[in-house]
Amino acid sequence: MAPARRDVSPTAEAWRRFRRHRLAVVSSVVLLTMVAMVLVGPWVWPVPINEIDFAAKLQGPSWAHPFGTDDLGQDILARLLYGGRISLAVGLAAMVVAITVGVVIGATAGIGPGWVDGALMWLTDLFLTLPQLPLLILLMYLFRDPLKAIAGPEVGVFVLVVAVIGGFRWMPVARLVRAQFFSLREKEFVEAARALGASTSRQVTRHILPNALGPVIVAGSIDVAAAIIAESTLSFLGLGFPSDIPTWGSVLRDAKDTMDFAPHWAIFPGAAIFLAVLTINFIGDGLRDALDPRRVL
Amino acid sequence: MTQYILGRVLLMIPNLLGISVVLFTVLALAPGDPFEELATNPNVPAEVRANLRAKFGLDDPVYLRYLHWLTAMLRGDWGFSFVSRIDVDVLILQRVPVTLAVIGCAQVLALMVALPVGVYAATRPYSVFDQIANTLAFVGFSLPTFFTGLLLILIFSIQLDWLPFVFRSDIAATGWQWWWQQFKQSIMPIMVLGLFQGASLTRYVRSAVLDMIRLDHVTTARAKGLRERVVIVRHVVRNAMIPVVTLVMLQLPIVFGGAIVTEQIFRIPGIGSLLISSILANDTPVIMSVTFVFACLVVLFNLIADLLYGWLDPRISYR
Repeated sequence: MAPARRDVSPTAEAWRRFRRHRLAVVSSVVLLTMVAMVLVGPWVWPVPINEIDFAAKLQGPSWAHPFGTDDLGQDILARLLYGGRISLAVGLAAMVVAITVGVVIGATAGIGPGWVDGALMWLTDLFLTLPQLPLLILLMYLFRDPLKAIAGPEVGVFVLVVAVIGGFRWMPVARLVRAQFFSLREKEFVEAARALGASTSRQVTRHILPNALGPVIVAGSIDVAAAIIAESTLSFLGLGFPSDIPTWGSVLRDAKDTMDFAPHWAIFPGAAIFLAVLTINFIGDGLRDALDPRRVL
Repeated sequence: MTQYILGRVLLMIPNLLGISVVLFTVLALAPGDPFEELATNPNVPAEVRANLRAKFGLDDPVYLRYLHWLTAMLRGDWGFSFVSRIDVDVLILQRVPVTLAVIGCAQVLALMVALPVGVYAATRPYSVFDQIANTLAFVGFSLPTFFTGLLLILIFSIQLDWLPFVFRSDIAATGWQWWWQQFKQSIMPIMVLGLFQGASLTRYVRSAVLDMIRLDHVTTARAKGLRERVVIVRHVVRNAMIPVVTLVMLQLPIVFGGAIVTEQIFRIPGIGSLLISSILANDTPVIMSVTFVFACLVVLFNLIADLLYGWLDPRISYR
């Protein structure tokens, strides 16, 4: 009798590979802690983000204000907890936009007729040659006020930032998905599905797309980090969220003029951005080990 | 070869046209009016404003304005800055050299860091050196440029008081003194950009070298009894450079983005800070031209990447 074969599901296999990347595991713990702090923090630390107290302005870290206060005496910890929600939400939402657009365009190019492929790839290349940050800045500046008027300052700017950042990050995903489709659609199992009479949409959704998702997930994790940097850059340049809505980038912008006597004000938001981006990049690296079938670990 | 270059240059034209259409549409769709300030000024009658609008063609349909703008650009007439009161091309030409100098130095610094570290790490994969280099590279490209810039200012300008943190284009000194001052004020922006760029390049160099080092021709070179140094430099690094060159060029859009941020932090009078200031002043001709100059630079460097690729890799056929 043959020895009993131990069934290992793809998920368990991926998890085993992911665990071997020690920095990725540590990063996951750190990032989850940050997310938890940002989510429940405002209840545990119920200091209002806009309580002005000139008696306590520009103070360094203390028990009353663990991260110190800014030039209006507002508590920096409370502002960073609130801003973290926005910064992380922007990162996630922009990633979803980028991945969705990228997968749709890449899949259409990969399965469609030749001229569709040609046209879509020309579009992708055109977007790749666009100067990204100048255009981001331009779009933010041009459309910020109208959207604010329609949807309110917080929601309006959020929608715009997410759309603009996501709209400039789908190209690598589209290329990735297209390349995967090109190789997968000639594979035997897809041919078998085709022989059994599966429609094109069924071939794509049931057979090709699930097998193409590994690299897309890796690209998506990196996109979250890039989107967080992009949002903070815009806010830092004064073209993202306004000062009354604290995000990590806008707190840092407010802090940069008093760096010589209140460095804590700039260091804490900067460190928060750095920590979030670093951990997400490490997790992306771990996911690459876990999901890239060409790697043998 | 000549035919190939010619073909590539011709291929740039639809790209540039596409970019210009995108830019123009974005601007045309957007609200905002360069003569807005005149509207709130009681001393300027409404007719004067209307005449000004008509004179600059602001009331024409979008496609007419685009064609008008395009023919003017081709004739070398880049328009007139509403704010600075000089021709846009003069304004941009004043600013471009500074930006290119900073970006160029930063790229050189990035390559000087990335090449040795990446190659050394790849020849000893998973060693202690490799792991430290890899972790530092991750730290390097996870630190946003605006934060490293502020940190450097905090340490070297405020705490230690070694370096100036405002970039001055009107240094009074001459000769060696001028170069020394220039060096002192450029070192922080170049470090910020170069180290950010170098961190991600290190990882590409490492993986390119790792891909190459397993190939048969490297084993053959070793079997012939060549010294390890010769094998690495002549047989591995030379071939590994092919993908790296392309990557350096393709990363330039990101570098230009980083340049905008650093120019803003250190107040360098380059085209990045010109873009920000003209956007805040609603100076449409300047915004349009600066963004287009950025796009042209990216397309140009992509072309150079393609040509270099063909030169470095004789296996590529020119079709």
